[in-house]
Amino acid sequence: MEAEKTFDFENNIEKALRDDRLRKNLRNAMDILVEKRRSVFPDREHLERLRAAGNAIKRRALKQLPCLLEQLEANCTKNGIQVHWAEDTAEANGIVLDILRRHDAKEVVKGKSMVSEEMHLNHFLQTHGIDALETDLGEFIIQLNHETPSHIIVPAIHKNRDEVAAIFQEKIPDTPYTENVEELTAIARRVLRERFARAKVGLSGVNFAIAETGTLLLVENEGNGRMCTTVPEVHVAVMGLEKVLEKLSDVPPLLRLLTGSATGQLITTYVNMITSPRRQGEKDGPREVHLILLDNGRSHILSDPEFRQTLLCIRCGTCLNHCPVYVRIGGHAYGHVYPGPIGKILTPQMEGLRRAGVLATASSLCGACAEVCPVQIPIPALIRRLRRESYDTGDGATVADAGYRSNLAETLIWKGWELANTVPALNRLGTRLAGAVGDKMPNRGPLKAWTRVRTAPKFAAKSLHDRVGKEGVKNE
Amino acid sequence: MEKQEYPAKPETVYFFGTCLMDAIYPDAGLAAIRLLRREGLSVLFPQGQSCCGQPAYNAGFAGEARAVARKQLEEFPKPYPIVVPSGSCAGMMKHHYPELFAGTPEEDAARAFSDRVYELFEFLVRVLDVRLEDRGEPVTITWHSSCHALREMGVVPYAKTLIGQLKNVSLVALERETECCGFGGTFAVKQPALSAAMVADKVADISRTGASKVVAGDCGCLMNITGAMAHSGVRIAGQHLAEFLWERTHGS
Repeated sequence: MEAEKTFDFENNIEKALRDDRLRKNLRNAMDILVEKRRSVFPDREHLERLRAAGNAIKRRALKQLPCLLEQLEANCTKNGIQVHWAEDTAEANGIVLDILRRHDAKEVVKGKSMVSEEMHLNHFLQTHGIDALETDLGEFIIQLNHETPSHIIVPAIHKNRDEVAAIFQEKIPDTPYTENVEELTAIARRVLRERFARAKVGLSGVNFAIAETGTLLLVENEGNGRMCTTVPEVHVAVMGLEKVLEKLSDVPPLLRLLTGSATGQLITTYVNMITSPRRQGEKDGPREVHLILLDNGRSHILSDPEFRQTLLCIRCGTCLNHCPVYVRIGGHAYGHVYPGPIGKILTPQMEGLRRAGVLATASSLCGACAEVCPVQIPIPALIRRLRRESYDTGDGATVADAGYRSNLAETLIWKGWELANTVPALNRLGTRLAGAVGDKMPNRGPLKAWTRVRTAPKFAAKSLHDRVGKEGVKNE
Repeated sequence: MEKQEYPAKPETVYFFGTCLMDAIYPDAGLAAIRLLRREGLSVLFPQGQSCCGQPAYNAGFAGEARAVARKQLEEFPKPYPIVVPSGSCAGMMKHHYPELFAGTPEEDAARAFSDRVYELFEFLVRVLDVRLEDRGEPVTITWHSSCHALREMGVVPYAKTLIGQLKNVSLVALERETECCGFGGTFAVKQPALSAAMVADKVADISRTGASKVVAGDCGCLMNITGAMAHSGVRIAGQHLAEFLWERTHGS
């Protein structure tokens, strides 16, 4: 992708941090999302039990993933849903294009789908003369403005009302400027309705696929998802293969966790459960339903027992909402489809460390993400593992480009640190030297980075090691 | 977090001074030792101790971290509780040593070591059941929670219990008390712009409380926050809670 070739994380961060409006929009929006989540999970113990259940259900599914996928395929096929397998995004895009061509479709209406973002599907279809229209309101707004989502749940969260008003006025013909939210929604609705009625093919993502019944479950709040999956003659669903669940009874706890964590809702306005195309005698619904199962590196991630936990993710986005880094820079700065804490662990595994390993440096390991993750993904531990693999090919490294960051200078620093902290005489020498000349250290490297906004640390003339003896504190 | 079990009051404890306290905040270390000794405990400070190993561990240098952690395993051999005046270092020693040594010959030793680790304020409240008598002048302070004290160790309530025992101290909470100050060890120098933005917001939050002092239980956060306050000319003092408690309560 063009954007990724020129990915300059440092520059993106600096730029975002200087953008006061962006930071204000993000802070306001994240505060609301955090508060809504809090209010929908008032009982901490109940939430902890629910998170443990969510983790257990998803772990059980991942453990038997190949079987469940085959079962899903068999049951979907029995129900009349056509199942396709795609090893990578190019293959998935090709399958979508084939279906569209077979129906001579020049346009497609889309419900919100992060997997389709991962496929860069809209761009791909455009190069083949097909117009893909985003129908989720947030996605619709940013598509008008030629942007990508900045959040996996609320894609236009970086925009405020005035900005949306300006975009509508500029990009939609015959549209007056209005900041009235109901009017803005009505404008979008007017444009979208016409396209829903006209499109031969609708495309959506999948929140959960249930192997036991061959059902695709899709949550949404605007009804656009239901339009995309029921009005056109053909419905194409794209899904990352980690979304499969064993049975229908696995759904309620995960659904509760998903909507509560994502938007602070007990349940979304629409919960679509799709189990077949239009049946004989039915008056509506698509005549064809296709399910595309995308791997794109997921089975490799699955093969590592620790990194596998990345695939527990149900894409609720709450780790973004609670992240002190995301709230300050927003999703675009991360330069890839999945931003925030989940993006920091998922993207390097999908794209390799050379292209995306730097994302793992953008964490203070504060643990806010792991604390709220509805399926208990230990995100900080996986960030730490990615950092290790960035320097080290040993210890069973599994991510592409392991060791890419390995360099003599850093290795020597940490070797020196190890010596100073394992040889007591060196340790004492170090603290004494720091106490004596610490304020005369050259202002370079890490110290320079530190003193950009802080005074240099003041080393004590006598260390605690030196002073405890005078207090009569014994060594052992 | 598993439920932590607490021993009866022991006669002797080990004190792990942490590398930052050792080199930069030794007064806070001495104050912590005095708080423990005042309760009648014998405090041991093994001179071979150094760092918990967290800086290298979080930076991706697990081998170097393990070597330094192994040194600590050797230095605290007897079955005494190990009291640590930092939620972050205590979190490393309690929750990360077992995974750091998993599959190595020291696995069992690391687990036994971790079981003996307690954060200072947790130990003062849960094991020693201290009662503090405030002898200081009225003062308004604010409290900064370190992320690891808050989320890994779950010990922030104990720090607040102790502050609450000081009758002349009024505590004003930060608006975003649970948000990271931006220290994060090597994060502060690997992502200086992000870290700077985070600590600037933290300093602004502290300033809005009107407190004359910010008290914390972790030297890393303290060094970050006080360094940023001094650099930007904010005249609010920063202090480790151990030192604050000792200053307010020792008979002079």
